[in-house]
Amino acid sequence: MTEGGASAFEGVERGPQTSLEPAHKEGEGSTGGPGHPSVSALQEKFGSAVLRTEVQAGDQHVVFAETPRNCEILQWLRDDPAQRYDLLADLTAVDYGGGRPLQVVYQLWSMTHKRALRVKCEVDLDDLVIESVVRLWETANWLEREVYDLFGIDFEGHPDLRRILMPQNYEEGHPLRKDFPLRGRFSRAEQTKRALSQDYRNDYSVVEIALGGTPALRPMDPDELPADPEEAS
Amino acid sequence: MTAARGVSGEPMSESVLEASDPDLDSEHMLINIGPQHPATHGVLRLICELDGETVLKVTPDIGFLHTSFEKLGEYRTWNQIVPLTDRIDYLAPLMYNCVYVMAVEKLMGLEVTERCKVVRVLCMEMDRIFSHLLWLGTTAIDVGAFTPFLYAFQERERIYKLHESFTGARITTSATRVGGMMADLPDGWTDSLRDFVKTFPKTLNEIDSLLTTNGIHLGRTLDVGVISGEDAINCGFTGPNLRASGVDYDLRKDKPYYDSETYDFDVPIGENGDCYDRYLVRMEEMRQSLRILEQALERLPDGPINVADPRVSLPSKTDCMNDMESMIHHFKLITEGISVPAGDCYFAVEGSKGELGMYLVSDGGEKPVRWRIRPPSFVNLSVIHKLAEGHLVSDLIMINASLDIVLGEIDR
Repeated sequence: MTEGGASAFEGVERGPQTSLEPAHKEGEGSTGGPGHPSVSALQEKFGSAVLRTEVQAGDQHVVFAETPRNCEILQWLRDDPAQRYDLLADLTAVDYGGGRPLQVVYQLWSMTHKRALRVKCEVDLDDLVIESVVRLWETANWLEREVYDLFGIDFEGHPDLRRILMPQNYEEGHPLRKDFPLRGRFSRAEQTKRALSQDYRNDYSVVEIALGGTPALRPMDPDELPADPEEAS
Repeated sequence: MTAARGVSGEPMSESVLEASDPDLDSEHMLINIGPQHPATHGVLRLICELDGETVLKVTPDIGFLHTSFEKLGEYRTWNQIVPLTDRIDYLAPLMYNCVYVMAVEKLMGLEVTERCKVVRVLCMEMDRIFSHLLWLGTTAIDVGAFTPFLYAFQERERIYKLHESFTGARITTSATRVGGMMADLPDGWTDSLRDFVKTFPKTLNEIDSLLTTNGIHLGRTLDVGVISGEDAINCGFTGPNLRASGVDYDLRKDKPYYDSETYDFDVPIGENGDCYDRYLVRMEEMRQSLRILEQALERLPDGPINVADPRVSLPSKTDCMNDMESMIHHFKLITEGISVPAGDCYFAVEGSKGELGMYLVSDGGEKPVRWRIRPPSFVNLSVIHKLAEGHLVSDLIMINASLDIVLGEIDR
């Protein structure tokens, strides 16, 4: 594949390319649509911790919150009687590429007030840490594990942060990052070599090892095998 | 091995330990269910720690079907993603086709034609029945009832045929395009669907009479895998699983799309949040879907199915062959794909398994920056330990079945 050649699978070897425009343009998206009661309440309550707000896709309100205070803000949104965002509908991350910070996205829904709100926190690529919200919503357990697995964001205080979709011993990195090529970081030859030289212990999950201990290597010695019951009788 | 522990993980009291036969080995057992096991409903592996037959701890191990759809989507144009969507949940493919393009249209601010709206409602409600029937058949088989499985699959076959006559495929339908459908409904299709709507209740009632008051079925499902409404919300349950716990949350009513609030249907709500309520809710949902189908067939308007918007719609073939501008327009739409304005958008519909959402991020280009599927089964499965711990292994099978999971969507 030649560099710059338009192909259906452009970027297979390099990772997907996005435009290098900033993700957020000043003033864009912040007009139109009626105000959202939670957005103004958040700005009033947390002041400068609400970095900016946007309206997307016509009527979807987005709040950018300060990353170190994510738990505090989300807890208030969940517990305050005027907000009551009790359903964490989704938790995911977005990589815009080009070295820009990753965004952690919380999709909230309030059963009481029938309102939706999107909260975003940005984490810098050289410090991919954010506080876990598992203590607020149990849903976040697997969703944060998925984000950790596919983006490499470290959720502080998560009870069981390990890979979930990729194999536990996957060494090529975090696949949904923009710098991750579609076919993986290693060459086909290297991937095959690693697959063939896997330790059999890798077949055991962390959970099994925690319960039953690391399995010991037992050579198949015919003398050690129990006698055939039919022969013995 | 560690000392015997009770269900809650606390050390067992002395009296319980003494009461057991000292000759019996009281070690906990570690067993794997799956990944290749019919009762896991897919390539799901459940690692269980058992004390006798009681499940002390269950940890799902997933990822065997991981296909990285979301990563693949970043390399495809907006319309090229449609064929990926029906492979995510192969039990309700049309529903996934629809919700994806609905999210793209929401991001573009595109309003589809009235006919297209009703056709998509037909597709989604039909696939809700399609998916619930598979759940019904396989769940019945898990508790030992074989007949409902055969009945359910006979009815599914009829929906397969409807899929095939509309889209040309039975499972990999890829029927939608941004701004409309791949094609309009073929002649006689609505009659076949009407026939299905008319005759299906008979089978449903037969299955109902086989299971709803069946002593074995009741014994296996009543008070098994109970979760309260509050816990269910906190755990992210949506769809029939949440409604079985008594929470009235249905996106068709709460976040209406395609005039869903104007259809006359009820949202069934359970009380106890056990496997039996989840069964009842889904049975009733199929009846309500039939009501929606009836009304949608009634109001299906004539007119174009694709929107006349040059951003997404191809010019007619005659125009392409006769004037240069249409030719260029066609060429650019096909080779470059449509472009979606910069921004992000979360759009969800009431899927057969729960809140089925699509989160799209665009930078204004021909390909998405991020395409995220909000997976209802993934979230529902993540709570299985809460439901199953303390129950018997056989109940674990029932609980897993009652969650209605599909592994293609869990692993994505």
